[in-house]
Amino acid sequence: MMPLTHSEDVVASALVSDGVDTRHGPVLYMEDVSVSFDGFKALNHLSLYINDGELRCVIGPNGAGKTTLMDVITGKTRPDSGTVFFGQTIDLLELDEPAIAQAGICRKFQKPSVFDALTVFENLELALKTDKRTWSTLFHKLNQQQRHRIHEVLTTIGLSSLINQPAGILSHGQKQWLEIGMLLMQEPKVMLVDEPIAGMTHQEIERTAELLLSLQGKHSLVVVEHDMEFVRSIARKVTVLHEGSVLTEGTMDEVQNDPRVIQVYLGG
Amino acid sequence: MMANLDKSYSSVLSLLLIVTLGIPLCNLLFPADSALHFSAYSVSLIGKYLCFALLGLSLDMVWGYAGILVLGQGAFFALGGYAMGMYLMRQIGSRGVYGDALLPDFMVFLNWKQLPWYWHGFEHFGFALLMVVLVPGVLAFVFGWLAFRSRVTGVYLSIITQALTYALLLAFFRNEMGFGGNNGLTDFKDILGFNIQSEAVRSVLLLASGASLIAALLLCRWIVNSKLGRVVTAIRDQESRVRFLGYRVELFKLWVFVFSAMLAGVAGALYVPQVGIINPSEFSPLNSLEIVIWVAVGGRGTLYGAIIGAVLVNYAKTVLTGLMPEIWLFSLGAVFVLVTLLLPDGIVGLLKRQRQTLAAKTGLKTGVASA
Repeated sequence: MMPLTHSEDVVASALVSDGVDTRHGPVLYMEDVSVSFDGFKALNHLSLYINDGELRCVIGPNGAGKTTLMDVITGKTRPDSGTVFFGQTIDLLELDEPAIAQAGICRKFQKPSVFDALTVFENLELALKTDKRTWSTLFHKLNQQQRHRIHEVLTTIGLSSLINQPAGILSHGQKQWLEIGMLLMQEPKVMLVDEPIAGMTHQEIERTAELLLSLQGKHSLVVVEHDMEFVRSIARKVTVLHEGSVLTEGTMDEVQNDPRVIQVYLGG
Repeated sequence: MMANLDKSYSSVLSLLLIVTLGIPLCNLLFPADSALHFSAYSVSLIGKYLCFALLGLSLDMVWGYAGILVLGQGAFFALGGYAMGMYLMRQIGSRGVYGDALLPDFMVFLNWKQLPWYWHGFEHFGFALLMVVLVPGVLAFVFGWLAFRSRVTGVYLSIITQALTYALLLAFFRNEMGFGGNNGLTDFKDILGFNIQSEAVRSVLLLASGASLIAALLLCRWIVNSKLGRVVTAIRDQESRVRFLGYRVELFKLWVFVFSAMLAGVAGALYVPQVGIINPSEFSPLNSLEIVIWVAVGGRGTLYGAIIGAVLVNYAKTVLTGLMPEIWLFSLGAVFVLVTLLLPDGIVGLLKRQRQTLAAKTGLKTGVASA
């Protein structure tokens, strides 16, 4: 009844042949990408490479293009020019949002986006990596292993005691965690994490840092954050965006001492 | 909260069972002059309410759960009704006014020489039943495929569903469409060889309507409790987020939309033999708006709320149009405004709140503290 679309075929063939091909190191390639909205250049010839298993922080002043960057990678926004590849073989510009998610790129939004009407358990269940076509979803039953996986993630994000509560009653910080848990359920290759600690207490921030650090290696992470102290605590490599392109890249110390970065942040 | 919902659901289900089995049984057991014998009029009336309840249920699936406000649900109901009407017309055979064995009266009247191709097959009951679900289903599939794929949502989608039913209304008014034009299809004689006017057939039709409603309620409940039901609820609340979880949102909406259209078609098919006529007025946009009001009054997103709403509003309609026909539309409008302002969760929501206050007063636990 529901025909496969072209983009699903592309993903299927790419994954069946060799999965995500990261033999050359990078898992994400963005080259010369430009996006403009009504003349405003949100991304301006941006090039960025994320290595397999890396934890990369992206910082930059408001309007630098951080969220647009994630929109382009996840298929929400089509760039005017440039190329975006997932591994060596998958052209992300040919895929739409669900296909990109199924290929293994998942995203946590700036504003926590959990499903308030569903319970914590059900939120994770929806995110679970499995066949997501309509009829299979209708008849889907969790098996022992999947159930176990959900409980495992619940423990990781510390929400085990709230398992049957509607997500709508969670605090802001708990919603952030639930959304990170939903990312984990999708077992992605790449996790794009937009402002993970907004609204969290100091203690929660520490635990989030631990969690993100424990994920590198298994997943590639791109974290967008404003809180410099937090970025310092997790980042090996930081990319600074400014006016839609990469201003500089390096360790936190390097970029913080870069006179161009200082100028951008302190106004010039 | 869940326990209470389950309780209301079971009460509605048991009530439906009693009506569905009880009324035909009473008419079978008690003689016509007994107080427990239901008149042909009330049997048909209750049968009609059951069909409307099924129609309301179909809208609740697509509006209450998937969040798609369809203002043209009546179109699918009418198409199902026409498919059944065509079967009933073919059953008349040579007993029509003009006595033509093949052509229905209105075609003879229009001087048509042969049966249009799309009337073939409708002499078979099974074929007609298939068309009852297929025609609304295919229309919903094509329409939904185009609309959802282009990401038409919200008020725009509602308006084009309204336009859809209006376009069908105008088309079915035309004589050359071959569906009886203005007069529609009527003067039915029998169904499966039994006299459609007979009391026994009326009881059986009520039984069939009730059984279909119960089966549909069970099926809908199974669907909304499935993972697909949860995906659809998630789409209702945050459509774009669901895409990033890897679900093809447009296909899920399409699935529910087509399913709901098919249910509406079944409701229409059960309705037509009980009222004895189907004409283009069933496509009127006003009818589709009424369905929305039933569901809003009952309480959307609960399934049984739609059933309660459909029956109550239609009972009020029967009473009011009997007493003062001219004020019915004003009262309907007033009811909609009042429900929207005062009872956003409908009657079901009101009952739930009352039960909670009562439980709080008597010092009992209210179940989930958050509810």
